[in-house]
Amino acid sequence: MQQIFNFVIRNKTFLLFLLLFSIALALTIQSHSYHRSKFINSANFLTGGVYGTMNSVDQYFNLKTENDNLAKENKRLREQLLNRNISADSSYIDSTYSKSKYRITTAEVYKNSYSLTNNYLTLNKGKNDSIKRDFGVMTSNGIIGIIDNTSKNYSTVLSILNKRSRINAKIKATNHIGSLKWNGESPVYVQLEDVSQFAPVKVGDTIQTGGESSIFPRGVGIGTISSIETDIGGDTYTIQVKLFNDMTNVGTVYILENLDKKEIYSLENSIDE
Amino acid sequence: MNSVIGLNIVRFIFLLLLQVMICNHINFFGYINPYIYVIFIFLFPIREERLLFLLVSFVLGLMVDLFSDSGGVHAAAAVSLAYVRPILLKNSFGMQYEHQSIKIRNTDIGSLITYISFGVIIHHLVLFSLEIFNVSKILLVLKKTLFSSIFTIILSVLIIILFSRNKK
Repeated sequence: MQQIFNFVIRNKTFLLFLLLFSIALALTIQSHSYHRSKFINSANFLTGGVYGTMNSVDQYFNLKTENDNLAKENKRLREQLLNRNISADSSYIDSTYSKSKYRITTAEVYKNSYSLTNNYLTLNKGKNDSIKRDFGVMTSNGIIGIIDNTSKNYSTVLSILNKRSRINAKIKATNHIGSLKWNGESPVYVQLEDVSQFAPVKVGDTIQTGGESSIFPRGVGIGTISSIETDIGGDTYTIQVKLFNDMTNVGTVYILENLDKKEIYSLENSIDE
Repeated sequence: MNSVIGLNIVRFIFLLLLQVMICNHINFFGYINPYIYVIFIFLFPIREERLLFLLVSFVLGLMVDLFSDSGGVHAAAAVSLAYVRPILLKNSFGMQYEHQSIKIRNTDIGSLITYISFGVIIHHLVLFSLEIFNVSKILLVLKKTLFSSIFTIILSVLIIILFSRNKK
């Protein structure tokens, strides 16, 4: 017993180092696996406060681009609205079915990173604004990511520029589906994998969300095809997708809540049983 | 003694804020960021208790992780650097360290640069290996380590000279 104590006392520095290093290693490994609640994330009072102060200064420098984006979006929405009115005149719309399927919350980006291999954003909306895990996040251009952790007033977003991110996507022209991942290299390109060899893909085609995951509605823009490679097996394509969004400059985002999610889940679970 | 503790607390907070508010967002050439919070570990009083030193370095790393959503990579790198610091000190300053009489403001610039360079390279190697966490991407790890190290070394040496050299 005496010897054990002596050993501990003699090597106390090394033992403390080992302990601290393994705690850090455990936290790192935990952060590499999806859907495990994390202790170390930037959705908390302290980091949120600091980033909030920073953002209040920082946003003035981006006002011009933000305004341009809003003007563009307004123009697009107005066009949709005008075109819709014309067709609405000629047909009867049953108002009982026009219940909205998605609840939209706007949020400001407090922190954005794109140079790491696992990138996260921090937003200024949280549980108090009934934001929960697995809500979709997008801008007027296209998707940004999925809500990962939430605190009272803040939430973190698993960016599409994250190796843990998997998003269901399809080619707009042909409806062939694939899963959208990121190889950790360029913040401008993501990869659409497991696209069937039978799909007639062309460079320049648009990639959209597939609408199968109940996180994003069908048809939200992601990007355009910039190059196509055949996988080693030869059965599937891996497609390089150039993102519509400039992930290095994100100011204001929309958080989407699918109001039918519960219904979809309960239906799918009842099939399993 | 109290002024030393005060100075280190101020340095801790200042470097942490500088790191998370400015240095994490530089993204030079798309991915190069300096990690200047290591200056705190370099300048921590040498005669202090080593256990305390390890703990403080760990907390500093963890705070940076908290701000940048990176799990525990900075904590691991900071603890490693704190653990190997005596070896680095011995190799770069030699006799001065044996006599426990190092004052950063009195050392010659060559030893200082050796000390900081080796420290930063060790820290960054641990940091990026854990961040990328993939053996097949070893080249990416080395590339990031090299470029970020250069950036960090230059900035750290400049900051240390600027703030702690003897005013004549």
